[in-house]
Amino acid sequence: MSEPIGTAARYVGQRVLRKEDLRLLTGRGSFIDDIAVPGMLYAAFVRSEIARGKILSMDLSQSRALKGVYAVLSAEDLDPFNVVLSNMHLSFAEVPTRPLSSGDVRYVGDPLAIVIAESRYIAEDAAALAVIEYEPEDPLITIADGMSDRLVHPGTKSNLAQEIQSPPNDQIDGIFESAAHVVRATFKHQRVAQCTMEARGVVSTPNGEGELQVHIGCQSTHVFAAAIGLAFNMPHTKIRVLAKDVGGGFGLKAQPWREEMAAIGASLLLKRPVKWVEDRLEALTTSNACREQEMTIGMAFDADAKLLALDCDYHSNNGAFPHMPDAGMPIMMFMTGPYRPMSFRFRGRAWYTNTIGLGGYRAPWAMEAFTREALFDKAARQIGIDPVEIRRRNLLTAGELPATTPLGIPLLDITPIEVLDKLLEKVDVAAFRAEQAAARKQGRYLGLGIASYIEPTAMTGMMMLNSDVAEIRIDPTGKVTANMSTHSQGHGIETTHAQIIADTLGVPIEDVSIFQEDSTRVGIGPGAAGSRQAVIAGGAAIRASKLLAEKIKAIAAHALNANPDDITIEDGEVRIAGVEEMTRTVKDIAQLAYGEPHRLPPGMEMGLEAKSRYAPPTFATHATASHACIVEVDADTGIVEILRWVSSEDCGIQINPAIVEGQIAGGLAQAIGSVLLEEFSFDDRANPTAVTFKDYLLPAISDVPVFEYTHISTPSQTEGGFRGVGEGGIIIGVPTLVNAVADAMAPFGELPPDLPLTPTKLLKMMMENEPA
Amino acid sequence: MSEHEITVTVNGQRRQAKVEARTTLGDFLRSQLGYTGLHLACEHGVCGACTLIVDGRAVRSCLMFAVQVDGSDVRTVEGVAEADGTLSPVQQAMRECHALQCGFCTPGVVMTLTSLTEGDQKPDADTLVKAMSGHLCRCTGYQGIRKAINQLTGVPVAEAGEHA
Repeated sequence: MSEPIGTAARYVGQRVLRKEDLRLLTGRGSFIDDIAVPGMLYAAFVRSEIARGKILSMDLSQSRALKGVYAVLSAEDLDPFNVVLSNMHLSFAEVPTRPLSSGDVRYVGDPLAIVIAESRYIAEDAAALAVIEYEPEDPLITIADGMSDRLVHPGTKSNLAQEIQSPPNDQIDGIFESAAHVVRATFKHQRVAQCTMEARGVVSTPNGEGELQVHIGCQSTHVFAAAIGLAFNMPHTKIRVLAKDVGGGFGLKAQPWREEMAAIGASLLLKRPVKWVEDRLEALTTSNACREQEMTIGMAFDADAKLLALDCDYHSNNGAFPHMPDAGMPIMMFMTGPYRPMSFRFRGRAWYTNTIGLGGYRAPWAMEAFTREALFDKAARQIGIDPVEIRRRNLLTAGELPATTPLGIPLLDITPIEVLDKLLEKVDVAAFRAEQAAARKQGRYLGLGIASYIEPTAMTGMMMLNSDVAEIRIDPTGKVTANMSTHSQGHGIETTHAQIIADTLGVPIEDVSIFQEDSTRVGIGPGAAGSRQAVIAGGAAIRASKLLAEKIKAIAAHALNANPDDITIEDGEVRIAGVEEMTRTVKDIAQLAYGEPHRLPPGMEMGLEAKSRYAPPTFATHATASHACIVEVDADTGIVEILRWVSSEDCGIQINPAIVEGQIAGGLAQAIGSVLLEEFSFDDRANPTAVTFKDYLLPAISDVPVFEYTHISTPSQTEGGFRGVGEGGIIIGVPTLVNAVADAMAPFGELPPDLPLTPTKLLKMMMENEPA
Repeated sequence: MSEHEITVTVNGQRRQAKVEARTTLGDFLRSQLGYTGLHLACEHGVCGACTLIVDGRAVRSCLMFAVQVDGSDVRTVEGVAEADGTLSPVQQAMRECHALQCGFCTPGVVMTLTSLTEGDQKPDADTLVKAMSGHLCRCTGYQGIRKAINQLTGVPVAEAGEHA
């Protein structure tokens, strides 16, 4: 615990320009396909063309005979390694997931063989020459299909991958029976693809006996080293995972999956470096996609519109081989949001189907805010009160904190009323309602959506997510190198953590370099997940910097015969109060620390090196936000135009507001994609049907408005006072926009339950219903 | 596969190479000549990441074959900054406006904006925003790109997007 980096801060709180940008703007970044190793071979996959069926025969002879092909390996060839994939907690699934399938196929694109050739072009040619005969079966595609008796995985009892339930609640049914108002709805979030602009990729290089170097697109070099070690039964300390620049992660790259593991296996078997870089067709068919969730949710209110009970039934489509089964554990944990505790029940079920496995995506639990906030608005329409008012009556106020959610999660210092008030300073709801009423008379349909949420950033309590380490050294030149257990896929950590370290040490930011690209360079950390790196690694950076600053002061005090309390370090200079002529540079002290041991305090170790591993208390860093969005639904085309979007959030002390806003904006754009555009769709044989960016519609600049921001900064009770902000945009963005469209379309009834809200769906609604 | 000998000037340097007829311009520049600043993100001509400048015009290098640039002048993102490392106006505006996060789509954005702002061209902000509709970015929500466009075209930066 300490006070936030305070008034002396020169960098924290400023829109410092990013250190990363100089290489990224000039084409000098180092992404996975930029890696070349002598002797490197190229991989492509032979994949199943059907979603479900037995393999009757697989003839790879023509593939193997093609000039330039080095090897074609099937599942049997990799058998000696007995590779089984683990999830991000490094535990194994009920159904073993292996790099390549044999015997039968369970989704379109299921990898059956890996071709290794002199070039990617030849590898793809050879893959196309494989001749496979199948006995096709009807695939299970949807959640409803998953509930059938036909099994995706032979030998399992059912297609239920996981099931969870909240503690028994024998009163909730009675509350619903006697409540003044009961509101229910089903919401469906379609399957979407993470769409990292850089797809997955790996360059695996066996080095001598038992050592392996793996360049790979990842969110944590350490988690990947552990997962690869576990899969190949190698000590992970023999595996060096490298990743300098990674073109987006968003949860997809939280763990290595089947194709990366097959390429690593091929490199180990052939004792040659192997590169596999996924192309977009593969990424949009066989990279584990995300969401595809359904929730039926009910709310019971008293006569004053106070929420008495919340009842949720959740299902998710996990595909054949999910990264991790998802029955909604975090959804259940955060379902009740920033609201006064109520009677609560949740049941969640995860289903296997013959589709690509479920992967992580920024805020995998975002369904809680989508469904809760959308139902609050439906309740407001049903009860006949304003959406802002129904929230005001139910949000926790400062006087009611700390509070505890129905599942026992502490809410210490959240600020839902404060961020809502700040939002409404920028959005004049009364003026909008007048404008909306006038527009409706002209046949124009405007809508306002508001939503509220809290995000449990930087969660700890699970081994892999608990802590981060910063190892910082000042070398005899006075320059600072920090090796961090973090990993950035665009998060700007080389900048934000340099800001923290420069402020805490009192050195110019230009003198601080951050490295995070090598699993062997620093202790373990889980990397990017759960909006955690600013908070947790930031705390570690502060603590390690403080240790170093204290050492510099102790050395200076001893060598210059001064009181350590009179010493300050600013802008790389070590000053003694009142004795200006005694000022030394950090470099002077560093040279003394390494070069003149006799001038150090008795017993002090030489050098200027410090390390700190930090874990904040769990649930101490909730971020809070309310957003508002104004849309117009075109009555002729059904196209939704976003006219205005305002974000009001509290993520504690902001290290770099430009990076905070960048995180919010990126999440909001993804939310706009989910609500209006994106859909990972299948035909009735489970073939993916949106397999290029012509068909899979990502938001373009024309789809995303200028976002407005307003911030509250309530320091958290952790080192530095930070709170996370990485996932908030996509969580709050979905219900904010859905509520705006629902408000615009209210004259025509309630929205269809399923995203995306395409022009076709909205036009149909307008054509089939007379405006009220 | 048929092989062809081509001569092409890349960032002011004359290069000769043998290429297969089917090799795309993007693959050729990356794999054979080492211009890895050029990024291939969709290879279907949609996302714009692989954009470079051929004979003064922005093109998608995934939609051209290497043989098509025989005799042409090609510029990649590596050739945009000045020789001493000074960023070009486009690069500088993008840096100052936080117009990138992961940086994978960035080279294409730089090349399109460069092709439309260099020399005597005086495009308005709308023209550049329309051009940007041919570039996909998954990280930024295009907020910094819009600001950079405003900066490049002299539009006062809207207060709305700023810290309240």
